[in-house]
Amino acid sequence: MKDTAVPDIALDPVLTAPPENRVWKKFRGHGSALLGGVLVAFFVLIALAAPILPIPDPAATDWGAVRKAPSWDHWMGTDEIGRDVLARMIWGAQASLLAGVVSVGIAVMMGVPLGLVAGYFGGWTDAVISRCTEALLAAPFLILAIALAAFLGPSLTNAMIAIGISATPIFIRLTRGQVINIKSEDYVDSARAIGLPTYRILSRYILPNVLPPILVQATLTIATAIIAEASLSFLGLGQQPPAPSWGSMLNTAKNFLNQAPWMAMWPGVSIFLVVLGFNLLGDGLRDALDPREH
Amino acid sequence: MPVSGTAKSQDLASADALLTLKDLTLRFKGQTNDVVHSVSLRVRQGEVLCVVGESGCGKSVTSMAIMGLLPGKATQISSGKLSFLAQDWDLATDCLPTEVRGREIAMIFQEPMTSLNPSFRIGDQIAEAVQRRRGNSRTEALERAEVMLQRVGIANPKQRLRAYPHQLSGGMRQRVMIAMALANDPQILIADEPTTALDVTIQAQILDLIRDLRDETGMGTLMITHDLGVVAEVADTVAVMYGGQVVEQGPVAEIFNNPQHPYTIGLMSAMPRLDRPGERLAIVPGTVPTISNMPEGCRFRTRCAFATAACAQRPKLRDVASEHEVACHFAPLETHVKVSA
Repeated sequence: MKDTAVPDIALDPVLTAPPENRVWKKFRGHGSALLGGVLVAFFVLIALAAPILPIPDPAATDWGAVRKAPSWDHWMGTDEIGRDVLARMIWGAQASLLAGVVSVGIAVMMGVPLGLVAGYFGGWTDAVISRCTEALLAAPFLILAIALAAFLGPSLTNAMIAIGISATPIFIRLTRGQVINIKSEDYVDSARAIGLPTYRILSRYILPNVLPPILVQATLTIATAIIAEASLSFLGLGQQPPAPSWGSMLNTAKNFLNQAPWMAMWPGVSIFLVVLGFNLLGDGLRDALDPREH
Repeated sequence: MPVSGTAKSQDLASADALLTLKDLTLRFKGQTNDVVHSVSLRVRQGEVLCVVGESGCGKSVTSMAIMGLLPGKATQISSGKLSFLAQDWDLATDCLPTEVRGREIAMIFQEPMTSLNPSFRIGDQIAEAVQRRRGNSRTEALERAEVMLQRVGIANPKQRLRAYPHQLSGGMRQRVMIAMALANDPQILIADEPTTALDVTIQAQILDLIRDLRDETGMGTLMITHDLGVVAEVADTVAVMYGGQVVEQGPVAEIFNNPQHPYTIGLMSAMPRLDRPGERLAIVPGTVPTISNMPEGCRFRTRCAFATAACAQRPKLRDVASEHEVACHFAPLETHVKVSA
């Protein structure tokens, strides 16, 4: 023990602990969150690795092997025109995840700034933004996405835009509520007292402190967006043939449920697993980012 | 009969005044009574002005109005002139520009636990205030932050710069707040109950710190408090507020030794004293009326032992001694009331 008046900071366990520890520690101890993380990581990996995996061309037809059950040649069987289902699954994962991430990206990009402005400024700005948000929220998410996608025309890009716009109001609402909460904190007043301009207060004092719930919501919304993309593709409004998508694969497969059930099973199971993965991950993040100790 | 002395207010624009606030009157929208009525304050160079009064008497609102931090949508300032840096601002129409806030006038808050942004390292927060105001580079600003932490008595300032607010104790956070407020050498520091949330040892340290920094820089300090112990320790002048009005102000010795307003007298006699052990403390009867129930005339008259019909007239601040002014028809008390020892 040193008897200097100044404590040695290198020995201070609180000050030397990296601050990220707490969240990561909680997350690590959260079994289902880890399972979710593993599921999501698995699908992300195969989607990214699709071009280099030793799988057949997902669009190549083989008329000699139509609707074949799973075998050594075709691990997941073949579809109604002899395309390898495994290859289409892997390339379809790319479409699904891309749609999920891009559309949520669009929703966050539009929703968070609008929510910040509405929550911080209040008054007329808030009234206009909030009424528009409520109008959008009045339409069910999927119906709105279908309507927008039909309006924009069928393509994966348009589907992502449609899903992104449909998910925006959730982020406006969430951000607005958080901002109203945070802006009455003393540190926001103290930021104003040191004379920071509004944009600095919004970007440095409000935004970082509203991010955790937005991050959780974004993770959970990716799951919803993946279902939405699959639904739109199922209806023919998303990914266009012959490019593979789990939704359009399901649509074809429904005609052959008796003869070739594997055609429907794989995309169904994959959608289930990836959505489950994102949901578990989101729940885990929510618990880990919750400042209350458990 | 009350003396019909000319209602003379102090010459607020005296030469050595650093900041003067004149006739601040404001109300919360939707209410019919003023929350702050005709409040005038003056802070001189190197002086600590303590504004005292109980909760809800308008102390904090006054300081927020000076800083321009009141939400414009909820408050209505009907008059108020702020003179500072040889400039005047009419608070009814505009407020201090952001260039002045944080550079020439700084504020520290009551609650150190919530006054720092939890998402940023304290070094970054102090540096931000510096960079903003001085246009320094980030490195220079961080160096300045380190110097400031050293000045407010934080050990190992270089390492502490990298600490997040949650890693610091309440007393340290208040020191950080002070470092942040003083980083740009403001001429005026407004401290809104800076020690209320701290325990007495830390409180004494923080008060010493404010006093030392005042001596070092010559800044004027406007300190808001409801703790007369704090007042006795740091104040040069005192303004006693009741119900949104200044009822008495003057040099600290005058206020403590020769209080003239019945409310000030009540406050003083409600303070435990070491030299009179075992004595019952006096109380001010009743509670503060809510803003909407404030009586006409003197706002203290419903609780005042000396109140008469004359108190339905609002008393104005007038001098009873040099620089000591009181808003009571009966001041100076000795000449009107026979005070039994």
